[in-house]
Amino acid sequence: MDALTVPTREVDLATTPLRTLNALLQGREVTGETPLGADEGVTVVNPRGAHAVAVGLDAPRQVRVAGHVGYYAAGMNQRADVVIEGNAGVGVAENMMSGSVVVRGNVSQSAGATAHGGLLVVEGDAAARCGISMKGVDIVVGGSIGHMSAFMAQAGRLVVRGDAGEALGDSIYEARIYVRGEVASLGADCVAKEMRPEHLEELAALLKAAGFEDDDPAAYTRYGSARTLYHFHVDNASAY
Amino acid sequence: MNDHDLALARRGLRRSATFDPATIHDIQRAAATGIYDIRGGGAKRPLPHFDDLLFLGASMSRYPLEGYRERCGTDVVLGGRNAAYPLHLAIPVTIAGMSFGALSGRAKEALGRGASEAGTSTTTGDGGMTPEERGQSKHLVYQYLPSRYGMNPDDLRSADAIEIVLGQGAKPGGGGMLLGQKISERVAGMRTLPQGIDQRSACRHPDWTGPDDLTIKIAELREITGWEKPIYVKVGASRPYYDVKLAVHAGADVVVVDGMQGGTAATQDVFIENVGIPTLAAIPQAVRALQELGVHRKADGVQLVVSGGIRNGADVAKALALGADAVAIGTAALVALGDNDPRLDDEYRAIGSAAGYYDDYQDGRDPAGISTQDEELAARFDPVEGGRRLANYLRVLTMEAQTIARACGKAHVTHLEPEDLVALTIEAAAMARVPLAGTDWVPGQGR
Repeated sequence: MDALTVPTREVDLATTPLRTLNALLQGREVTGETPLGADEGVTVVNPRGAHAVAVGLDAPRQVRVAGHVGYYAAGMNQRADVVIEGNAGVGVAENMMSGSVVVRGNVSQSAGATAHGGLLVVEGDAAARCGISMKGVDIVVGGSIGHMSAFMAQAGRLVVRGDAGEALGDSIYEARIYVRGEVASLGADCVAKEMRPEHLEELAALLKAAGFEDDDPAAYTRYGSARTLYHFHVDNASAY
Repeated sequence: MNDHDLALARRGLRRSATFDPATIHDIQRAAATGIYDIRGGGAKRPLPHFDDLLFLGASMSRYPLEGYRERCGTDVVLGGRNAAYPLHLAIPVTIAGMSFGALSGRAKEALGRGASEAGTSTTTGDGGMTPEERGQSKHLVYQYLPSRYGMNPDDLRSADAIEIVLGQGAKPGGGGMLLGQKISERVAGMRTLPQGIDQRSACRHPDWTGPDDLTIKIAELREITGWEKPIYVKVGASRPYYDVKLAVHAGADVVVVDGMQGGTAATQDVFIENVGIPTLAAIPQAVRALQELGVHRKADGVQLVVSGGIRNGADVAKALALGADAVAIGTAALVALGDNDPRLDDEYRAIGSAAGYYDDYQDGRDPAGISTQDEELAARFDPVEGGRRLANYLRVLTMEAQTIARACGKAHVTHLEPEDLVALTIEAAAMARVPLAGTDWVPGQGR
């Protein structure tokens, strides 16, 4: 188990209601509970696949979840650094604004969906729709990602150390995708692009931030929007 | 037959009911352009509607209330089932979701001003919450849409209620659309999109796919907002009986059902006219679902908000009588602000339309300065005056509904009931599940 670098309070979800945990983490008043100190970290034990663990945080707080979580873990995170020492269900870090979320295991579909900022690291694999409608978040996946990932991805970077499933980046806007392995197929308007020096540089920084600094950025391929579908035209109708 | 048709008929020319002039024009337009027609507004085709219902009024067997003297309440509480802070509205007429992007910032501000003056709520749209809208809206409902444009937890927490949008009446099953001419720098920035592109947003939510997932999503939103805010679920009317049941099971505090007359800022005409069901047909199905779940018109129940073609106080009263707890208006609110003003007829004609017909909300050239992002056009619109006009209109809707309710002997507008109604047509009787006028026949009810 990772150790937090700050004084830590343990919250046991086997005996503490989820609502109490989230209220504490969000800085709301909870009857019978001492508010968290400004620098106080939280370790959540016995999450047992609970949904909506550590959602709506808005403080620079370290949170460690010792186990598997269900849907929407760390949803809408702002400023907090959340580590999940297990697998995560659907929509981990959905709509994250800032801060970071690290998942030591695998994640289900829609990881980082619509997230506007921050860093999501998945050390294992991510299922379908990883980074769907991403709006500025950085996502680094240690393994592979499923189909329809980065669908309508608007902004941000998605890095995949393994392979990508079908229809990668379908209808992508200005997000950038880096994949080291095979891509089963590209979605509409998504194309492979040249790796210029600035891309090698930003990819190296992302890999380092995610703990994969030994990877060679040159082994990756960049994908992005061909921008041919930005304005609807009947000649492109067959692309949809 | 009008004079023009009569003159043609005398020349032996007969109009085809199948290939009427508008249909012929549509074919010619499609052949010339190679693309479908996109427009704003709701279904234009004739549909069974509230006009096909009448109130019976009090007589020997019913006791009316004195108009202007005896109190007839209009207040409603929305969302008390699970939320710590439900909305207490002075009137049962709310403002439907319309986006900043589709509308100018000043128009959104006016909607907030008018709604607040009348004591009711207004709603954001597919483009996020603007400060001017939040600032002028006493009760602001924040829409949670598939695109999640501009969605952020700060705005979520500043909202008074959250409306999860699954669809809208003009296009059940369709996603948002905002064409490039309206993606200004500010709109693009709020939506994280390149300026000037054609925005076609998703029709499905990105992180849940069915009613079981929606249950978890609603729970997440409650956790993020401390269980304080009512959560609405909005559906376009297609299968309201099932959709309302599933929404309630998923944990909705309020269900919004939008019929096919409900407007849009931009959608394919073929979609608007051919997908979904009329508001009149949707309400009884939605009410039946709530009744079967034991949550209709109960203190800890789930409220039903109905929209799509509400124009006057009679429509409000009829929707409430059929079982809605409140209604929402969109198109009518825009008209109240100044949309389709006859004083602008020359300018509407200059862009190929006419006052009373303008529906090119997708185009961004609105002479009234309402459905535009053009700064010069938007500056024409005065949000204070627009807000005042909207408040006036909301008051008239309310007073008209009260007039009818008193005539039916009701001390509150929500006391109106189906028993107060009859239908003028067999179709309306079957859809609204009230008797055909002068009979006790409700088609399809086995009596």
